[in-house]
Amino acid sequence: MILWLIPLFPLIGFLLNGLFGRRISKSLVSVIAVGSVAVSFLYVIALLARIWPVATPYAEHDFTWIQSGFLQIGFDLFVDRLNTVMLLVVTGVGLIIHVYSIGYMHDEDSYYRFFSYLNLFMFFMLLLVLSSNLLLMFVGWEGVGLCSYLLIGYYFREDFATNAGNKAFIFNRIGDFGFSLGIFLTAITFKTLDFGKIAAAVATMPIEAKAGALTAITVLLFIGATGKSAQIPLYVWLPDAMAGPTPVSALIHAATMVTAGVYMVARVSFLYDHAPVAMTLVAVIGLFTAVMAATIGMAQTDIKRVYAYSTISQLGYMFLGAGVGAYSAGIFHLMTHAFFKALLFLGAGSVIHGLGGEQDLRHMGGLRRAMPITFYTLGIASLAISGFPGFSGFFSKDAILSAAYTNAPWMFWIGAITAGLTAFYVFRAYFLAFFGSYRGHHHPHESPRIITIPLIVLAILAAGGGFINVPAWLSPQLPMHGQENGTAMAISAAFGIIGIIVAWFLYVARPSLAESARNALGPIYSLVFHKYFVDELYQGAVRKPVEGISRLVLWRGVDENVIDNSFVNGLGRTIRGWGALLRHLQSGSIRNYATWVFAGSLLVIFVLGLVGGLR
Amino acid sequence: MLPPVPLSWYLVLSVILFALGVAGFLYRKSVITVFMSIELMLNAVNLSFVSFSYELKRVDGHIYSFFVMVVAAAEAAVGLAIILTVFKNRGTLQIDEVDSMKL
Amino acid sequence: MFGNFQPASVEYLRFLPEILLSAFGIIIMMLEAVSKGKRTYLGVIALIGIAAAFAANAWAYFNGGPAFQNMILIDGYGAFFRGLVLVVGFLCILAAFSYLEREHAQTGEYYALILFSLVGQCILSTSTDLIMVFIGLEISSIATYILAGFLRDDTRNNESALKYFLLGSFATAFLLYGIAWIYGLTGSTNLEEIRRGLTQGTQPLVLIGLAAALLFVGFAFKVSVAPFQVWTPDVYQGAAAPVTAFLSAGPKAAAFAIFFRVFLTSFRPFSDRWLPLVWGCALATMIIGNFAALLQTNIKRLLGYSSIAHAGYVMIAFTAASQIGTAAAMFYLASYALMNIGAFAIISHIAGRNERHVKLEDLAGLGRREPVISALLAVFVFSLIGVPLTGGFFGKFYVFQAALNSHLVWLTVLGLINSAIAAYYYLKILLAVYMQEPATIAQESLPAPAPSLLVAIWASAIGTLFLGIFPSAVLSFASLSAAPFR
Repeated sequence: MILWLIPLFPLIGFLLNGLFGRRISKSLVSVIAVGSVAVSFLYVIALLARIWPVATPYAEHDFTWIQSGFLQIGFDLFVDRLNTVMLLVVTGVGLIIHVYSIGYMHDEDSYYRFFSYLNLFMFFMLLLVLSSNLLLMFVGWEGVGLCSYLLIGYYFREDFATNAGNKAFIFNRIGDFGFSLGIFLTAITFKTLDFGKIAAAVATMPIEAKAGALTAITVLLFIGATGKSAQIPLYVWLPDAMAGPTPVSALIHAATMVTAGVYMVARVSFLYDHAPVAMTLVAVIGLFTAVMAATIGMAQTDIKRVYAYSTISQLGYMFLGAGVGAYSAGIFHLMTHAFFKALLFLGAGSVIHGLGGEQDLRHMGGLRRAMPITFYTLGIASLAISGFPGFSGFFSKDAILSAAYTNAPWMFWIGAITAGLTAFYVFRAYFLAFFGSYRGHHHPHESPRIITIPLIVLAILAAGGGFINVPAWLSPQLPMHGQENGTAMAISAAFGIIGIIVAWFLYVARPSLAESARNALGPIYSLVFHKYFVDELYQGAVRKPVEGISRLVLWRGVDENVIDNSFVNGLGRTIRGWGALLRHLQSGSIRNYATWVFAGSLLVIFVLGLVGGLR
Repeated sequence: MLPPVPLSWYLVLSVILFALGVAGFLYRKSVITVFMSIELMLNAVNLSFVSFSYELKRVDGHIYSFFVMVVAAAEAAVGLAIILTVFKNRGTLQIDEVDSMKL
Repeated sequence: MFGNFQPASVEYLRFLPEILLSAFGIIIMMLEAVSKGKRTYLGVIALIGIAAAFAANAWAYFNGGPAFQNMILIDGYGAFFRGLVLVVGFLCILAAFSYLEREHAQTGEYYALILFSLVGQCILSTSTDLIMVFIGLEISSIATYILAGFLRDDTRNNESALKYFLLGSFATAFLLYGIAWIYGLTGSTNLEEIRRGLTQGTQPLVLIGLAAALLFVGFAFKVSVAPFQVWTPDVYQGAAAPVTAFLSAGPKAAAFAIFFRVFLTSFRPFSDRWLPLVWGCALATMIIGNFAALLQTNIKRLLGYSSIAHAGYVMIAFTAASQIGTAAAMFYLASYALMNIGAFAIISHIAGRNERHVKLEDLAGLGRREPVISALLAVFVFSLIGVPLTGGFFGKFYVFQAALNSHLVWLTVLGLINSAIAAYYYLKILLAVYMQEPATIAQESLPAPAPSLLVAIWASAIGTLFLGIFPSAVLSFASLSAAPFR
């Protein structure tokens, strides 16, 4: 069977909708968009049925892409046990979200634009997952970033959306910069970018000789992962990315694209295995991201932002798993997270839809009667993410925490406490939305069936997904060291349940307690509410000094009115400040230009004639 | 008979002429004078070509100087035409007044 | 050495592309004098001439070798650049038909001048003698001086031509002075003999450095490398859009060809002395180009600065001073030429009569009005950014790979940072096209693009994507041809 057909279907969907979408009816657009993803999904199933149980990778060489000097890179795709999981998640969850989008985006003007971008995203994501070398993966990597940018800025009439898109783009560029350096370093070190060949080369080479190079490569690749998967220090773009439509938040910024970093780390696990320093870095960054994002999530009032911070936090868990060597646990959590987090976002979308666009938790409440299906499905998702025993999140999170316990108990304890915080803030949002009395103005109503059916399907997956034993499936490829730790499981589950109970007390049983708790915690609450002032820190650390310098140099000053609450605007202004300095070169006068040419000549003559000549 | 003029004298003269051309380009305000300064620079080059050629006892340097003259003549034809259109449209030949595109 | 002055006939055949171009140019000039009414057919003749020259170039490649007392050399490298500038000329003529029609400037001169300029660039690509370099450079430049001011009654065109002419001649004088000094130091103008003369002779290094510096100034000016880039944005902004497309692709590629050839042949033994300078120039060029581009609101000017930045990336490949570096530069220039011509061709269409709409905000809402043109523009912009699956991506990929291979880690890092910054201003173009409402509702609706223009745009787009998806074909030819320049 032909592998390149899998990404081709969504690409065709993109081309059809992109070129003709304006002229055809909305229903035809939906048929093309959803149909192409459905065909992809069925094709993946058929393929897997054919090559079951994927004991050896099923590879395909399409054509030689690059032949330059020592490097030979093919347009090669392959399927092994690791990306089987990814393929099913991407096409399966992708399909559900496409269906959901038909209902959710129904009233939008540029309906076709949304679906063509979404299909393009599917194309690049599948390319990323299927590629069997780093460069082709990078193609997908850049492509999904591009689609993310386009979709965040979908509501471009609002400044906020455009700024959020720019912010996402800039922070991803920083990560990609590290990623591309990592690719170059890999090419120079191994003379190949093919995963299989790199793995073979690593296995045979003397480790002492190349330990430094391996550490450098893995750290650089991880910088790429921190950008794409929103980890410290590049996570700040993801909460703002919620400016995009909710299905986008579910598909791209929760279920698939942001997990690409985790997938990449697992994909090159053979490199990380030989770079203990990088492993520790991955684990520590993951752990701290998990804690920090969870604490911020406790104080957010926008329902989508709560879930955005929880995504960052859960991604941190996945990296913790990868960092302690339990790659398969990380991938397991990636899968269950795709189910329950997609469900959380789609449920939030259903709430927002039912309330006519309201996203603020303070204006919700008591929705459980008006929106029963959303209420129940979102409840299942909340239980799953809290690691409630029996639900999917329980199994995957505990796989990670058990591995962390084997590695270093302190990591386990922090992780377990974070599990408690997670349960608390997720249920806080849940209780605020569905319990108590309604505090808004719009008349709430349950969403149509096209929205609720995807919710139900995802709810089944979120509840039962934990029984798919991903670590066992992956064990030939990514063996787990150490075994299940019953005590650890019990402890983290207990933390989760405590979190739920505390949330119940504060937001349902004794709502007045929440207020007084907030007052008692004054400064800490404010610190968390302002997201640890990281956005402000970035502004202060990057924008202010540069601005000061350019003001000094320019003496006329840039713009007096520099107070601007967006980091991106600040960055843009900074760049403009630098540019204004350079513009002094360009006065328009010929004699001035000739002076520059002459001065340049003197410089060149000096460098070549005197400095170079006398040496 | 006087002793022959050493090569270095010619070269120094050529450098001086070239430098005068550069200075003229940088400091004169009329487009025509600026253009003449370029011709001066090319002539400085010709002088060095001829003197090198004489010193090396080879004839090709002389021929190169003719090449340069031909090219300079072509350049002059085009250059004056350009200057003429500028004058026609703007009514000025002050080099500093042609600066509408900048930054 | 004076034994055989009579060139063999194969030598004329190797020079046939130049002869054909000149002949067609002269024919067009003469027909122009006698023809009345529509003159589009003169452009068709020019296209035929270029196609013939292209065929002759292919023939010359398979029958390669020196010609005219080693004044020129047809090798893979020369044939590559000769082919490239011919493609550039072809596309720029195609893109100009409707433009000239719109500006009521449909005369044969435009086509003849492009052909003459191509003659100069072909000579530059193949010459192995400094005098030929000078003559080729001047043939190319004098024709482009006129092209820059082609619309005689347009003050922007006037200013562009005047600046280009005065500063160009100024820089050429430096180059010529350098040639004179090299001649004096080595007694030769042939590149190989210069190398031999410099390594065996006892000339003071100061003088060699001085002469090399003068040559460097001349070449660096033509390829708009810092600190000699000042003229570029003004000239690009002022000239007519199809001419700007030509300027940014053809003369630049040819000048880079000879820049590499001269320095990697004649001055190769002293490379450790001049490579630091190239390093610094590469960095300065990228930084100046990218940062100044961030501020621009005029699209042509923005692309002018971007072309400076791209010259900086090519200079990184130059700094690598290796076979793969040279090959990377060849690939880069080819992909850059295609994407830039495509972008300028689209802008020439959008700009409307008198090029009134060349501001970024004039692009607002284009994605709705002209979905196909916008999508093509997006392809070119993505390629300029260096997004995968476009030629621009592999151009950068090869350049940085070559740089790392020559252990230029810092330059690679700085280059990558620069290309990340550059994305910001290219995105402004896409932002305007796809994410902004048109500011004025009363914007005149654009006429449908002429078929010839569409052919030029589509050809550039297909070429850009081809280089991005199947780069190997071009790259393997380039790395084979770059063997002499390591």
